[in-house]
Amino acid sequence: MYATRARQARPELFDERPTIGERLGLAQMDWVLTLSAIGLIAFSVFTLGQATLQDVPGDPHYYLNRQAIYGIVGIIGMVIVSRIDYSRFRELRVGIYTFVCVSIALVFFVGAAALGSRRSFELPLFSFQPSELAKLLLVLALAGFVIDGSRRSSPIRRTLRYLALGLFPAGMVFLQPDLGTALVLGVGTLAVMYFGGVPWTHFAVIGGTIAALIALVLVVAPALGHPVLQEYQEQRLTSFLHPSSDPAGAGYQQDQSMVAIGAGQQTGRGNQATQTRLDFVPERSTDFIFAVIGERYGFVGAAFVLSLYALLIWRALRIVTLSKNSYGILVAGGLAVELLFQVFVNVGMCLGIMPITGIPLPMMSYGGSSVLATFLAIGVLQSIHIQARLSRQGRFAW
Amino acid sequence: MYQRPEDRARPNRMALRIAVVGGVAAALFAVLFFRLWDLQVLEGAENLAQATNNRTRELKILAPRGKILARNGEVLVDNRTSLALQVDPSKLPKQTAARMAELKEIGELVHMSLKQVENKLEEEVKVVASGAPLTVRREVGYNLIYYIEERPGKFPGVTVERVFVRNYPNETEAAHLLGHTGQVDQEELEKGPYKGLEPGEVVGKEGVEYTYDKYLRGTPGISRYQVNALGEPTPGGQLAQTPPKPGDSLKLTINPAMQKAGEAALAERGLPGAFVSMNIHNGQILAFGSYPTYNPTVWTKPLSPKAYEQLSSEANGTPLFDRVISSLYPTGSTYKLLTALAGLENNYVTGSTVVQDNGYIELGNQKFENSEGAVNGPISLLHAFEVSSDVYFYKLGARMWNNNDLQNWSHKMGIGDPTGIDIPGQELGLVPSKKWRDELFENEETERPWSQGDDVQLATGQGDLQTDPMQMAIAYAALGNGGTIVTPHLGMEILDPAGRALKEIDPGPRRHVAIKPETRQLIMEGLHLAAQGPSGTGHPVFGEFPIPIAGKTGTAERPPNGTQSWFISLAPYPNPNIVTAVTIEHGGFGVESAAPANKQILEAYFSHQLEQEKKKEARAEGREAGGEAEAGGEETYEEVPAEAGAGAGGHP
Repeated sequence: MYATRARQARPELFDERPTIGERLGLAQMDWVLTLSAIGLIAFSVFTLGQATLQDVPGDPHYYLNRQAIYGIVGIIGMVIVSRIDYSRFRELRVGIYTFVCVSIALVFFVGAAALGSRRSFELPLFSFQPSELAKLLLVLALAGFVIDGSRRSSPIRRTLRYLALGLFPAGMVFLQPDLGTALVLGVGTLAVMYFGGVPWTHFAVIGGTIAALIALVLVVAPALGHPVLQEYQEQRLTSFLHPSSDPAGAGYQQDQSMVAIGAGQQTGRGNQATQTRLDFVPERSTDFIFAVIGERYGFVGAAFVLSLYALLIWRALRIVTLSKNSYGILVAGGLAVELLFQVFVNVGMCLGIMPITGIPLPMMSYGGSSVLATFLAIGVLQSIHIQARLSRQGRFAW
Repeated sequence: MYQRPEDRARPNRMALRIAVVGGVAAALFAVLFFRLWDLQVLEGAENLAQATNNRTRELKILAPRGKILARNGEVLVDNRTSLALQVDPSKLPKQTAARMAELKEIGELVHMSLKQVENKLEEEVKVVASGAPLTVRREVGYNLIYYIEERPGKFPGVTVERVFVRNYPNETEAAHLLGHTGQVDQEELEKGPYKGLEPGEVVGKEGVEYTYDKYLRGTPGISRYQVNALGEPTPGGQLAQTPPKPGDSLKLTINPAMQKAGEAALAERGLPGAFVSMNIHNGQILAFGSYPTYNPTVWTKPLSPKAYEQLSSEANGTPLFDRVISSLYPTGSTYKLLTALAGLENNYVTGSTVVQDNGYIELGNQKFENSEGAVNGPISLLHAFEVSSDVYFYKLGARMWNNNDLQNWSHKMGIGDPTGIDIPGQELGLVPSKKWRDELFENEETERPWSQGDDVQLATGQGDLQTDPMQMAIAYAALGNGGTIVTPHLGMEILDPAGRALKEIDPGPRRHVAIKPETRQLIMEGLHLAAQGPSGTGHPVFGEFPIPIAGKTGTAERPPNGTQSWFISLAPYPNPNIVTAVTIEHGGFGVESAAPANKQILEAYFSHQLEQEKKKEARAEGREAGGEAEAGGEETYEEVPAEAGAGAGGHP
């Protein structure tokens, strides 16, 4: 795929054939962003390779091989997407939005059940989780709607419209039930609205409503005998406030995660790691992978990973400032905030300062849908960057 | 120029919004970094300790207790392994319903109803120290181990433990001296030799098991292994193992042949009694038994109150009661040894002093008579011993009544004092004295003060005297060895599990009492005549005994318990090696039951010599071509001469 608009814009008359590098836009890529993303997936493959040797009997490299394949496919996807002019997605917003809603809805009917919830399709080669891709697609579509709607109707109606558009798929995901992804979609929606210029006062009202809802869900509704959350969800959400109260319950996992990370001390325990090797920490290849990193590689390793994320998010926010147009700002802002939210909530959960919500650590947790969706999102960020660089260089038509 | 909506220049206020997000991002990362620093660097060591603690479990490996052997190496106590179904109450489910369900299932595994299981646990809680596992059932099958191990998590707190149980190959033999083991109880954990042990540990409770516990009890091993989150051992997860150290073995001074002979002798007669045989030079006890006896195997399970009642009831003769060291008997004429010692050493009499024996003496309105109204005429000490003249000793006692000489000599020789024997449970007994009775009288606990009659009684081992075969054996031994008060002991050697000697047990003598050689010789001769002299009270039993011995019969009144029959021997005469004391309750005259029993023990001791004698005799008979068939060893008491039954107060 080739950035057609840029090509058409080439003003020179001399027939100079573009090199492969130019065609791929490598010169215009944000290399810091690229390298931090590749660094993260490489670290993920490395960690999984060491930590999951015994997990699948007879196949010590099960997780390693698959995560490596997901990573390579993700990087290819990132490069391809980065060559698409992201503004196309604005034009496709209705189609994208429809795809998001239909794919999530379909999961209810033909999805594969796992651990009591239906989140993914079982495809021949891998299972696909539409809600992961929705984290990217919803931002793309919603940013389009926000740009589109900015010229008409009153601010309040616009705000309500955006909320409705964002919360509809988020609500469906919540019902799967997948609280973590629903929260990410909600945060993405709010981020797009935020960069779309929704007034501060509206956010104040939304914030107040959220606070009231949380109180209602966690305190009032159970008191009246109509719990909204599944019991395990509620336990997970509140157990971090009183972590040691039940060593055998939800708080136990978080306790064990904290002990695991702490036991890593400065330089980690390497293969002497026991907390994450002997099943004291659950979900070690997915949600609690940061505990594995903390125990095996210590403060050095964990801080390195956190630094890569900090770098990634700094570059994403920088792209927001570089974007050549408002759609780019909204998309980049939405994706940057989603990434920040996921990293903070997941790492905070492993460190015992955030509730257990089931949010994977982007590009680090094992899982094809998550890795692929995150790389595609980074591809979109790259596209915004490339377009901005090209427009600065005047290498476009207008 | 037309601009697409998305291409419109961004408003300035966007800069603020981006800055806010940037600031929030920076703050959130700062929080994560600080928290990471906190957990890994500041609290890292504690977390590491916690992680280590998480993944390791320690398992105690029981050590077998040492064996107890007789002096010839014969095994008296060893171990067998047994499987016990145990429950750790702290790991049972907390909710009543779930706990009951689990107990019910456990019960079904071993064919017990829920009620039985509950009762069993209640009983166990009472006897074991808190924190120790409770045993639901002993002697369960091997398949139960597999059944429970195959279902981890289904029976929390339930284990099948391999435990060592004491095994007694000779059943009731030497029960009283061996004692028994049991789980250490709460009281013992708080004070005494077992302070600070772990609940559930098995320790010696009585007998040599108690005294030599520190040698017999091994050191449990510890196996540390790695577990996963479910508490299951991980493959190759053995971290360290300290093997258990088996306990050392204890070799006793017991001579099994004499022990068996003594027990058989008492069992034959079926009367409660006791025997003890000891080396008079070093205090090694060769035989030690009390009848009725019991099988110590009963202690390998918790004793039900009913079973305990049976073992300690008067009606059954209190089998648990050790009559060698805990009984409080009067001794009858066997006490005359002490009376003679006191009289000779304090010059009240000499060997040539002749006393007129009219068959009785009168003190005020009291009349003390010879046994069966015998009248011996003028007699000296030797003859008084031989025929067991009470009047001679009455008169001797009467002369000493007010100056405590008899009491002093009694205590010197070990009567009424601690013996120093190496098993617990000894009763001191009582040598009545002027001081003792006068104090009681002052406190109005008795109706009269000390009188001459009291000493007259004591001189013949009657009245308020309370002692036991062990103390009497020590006194006789001291005479035999010329004045050494030995420390009786059962432990001879500590052996390591491979049988190599580690330590010899020799407590040494307690003290030495100065006895004039002529006194000793005179009394020894008197005792020899009493045992084997032609008119000796022991002659019917020992007259034909080929080994010369010294010995004394005794018959004590013990209302309302009939007569206490005694015989104490020193053999061989005149330079004895062993002392043997036998006493039998309701045994009639000393010569009727105690003396034959004593002879059975001596026969075991001298078996080799006796065989030689027999062969010699047979040869002699062969030469004479016909003589008497065999030397009559066993005499019956129909032939006992009238004066044989010496002792105060006649007994038919």
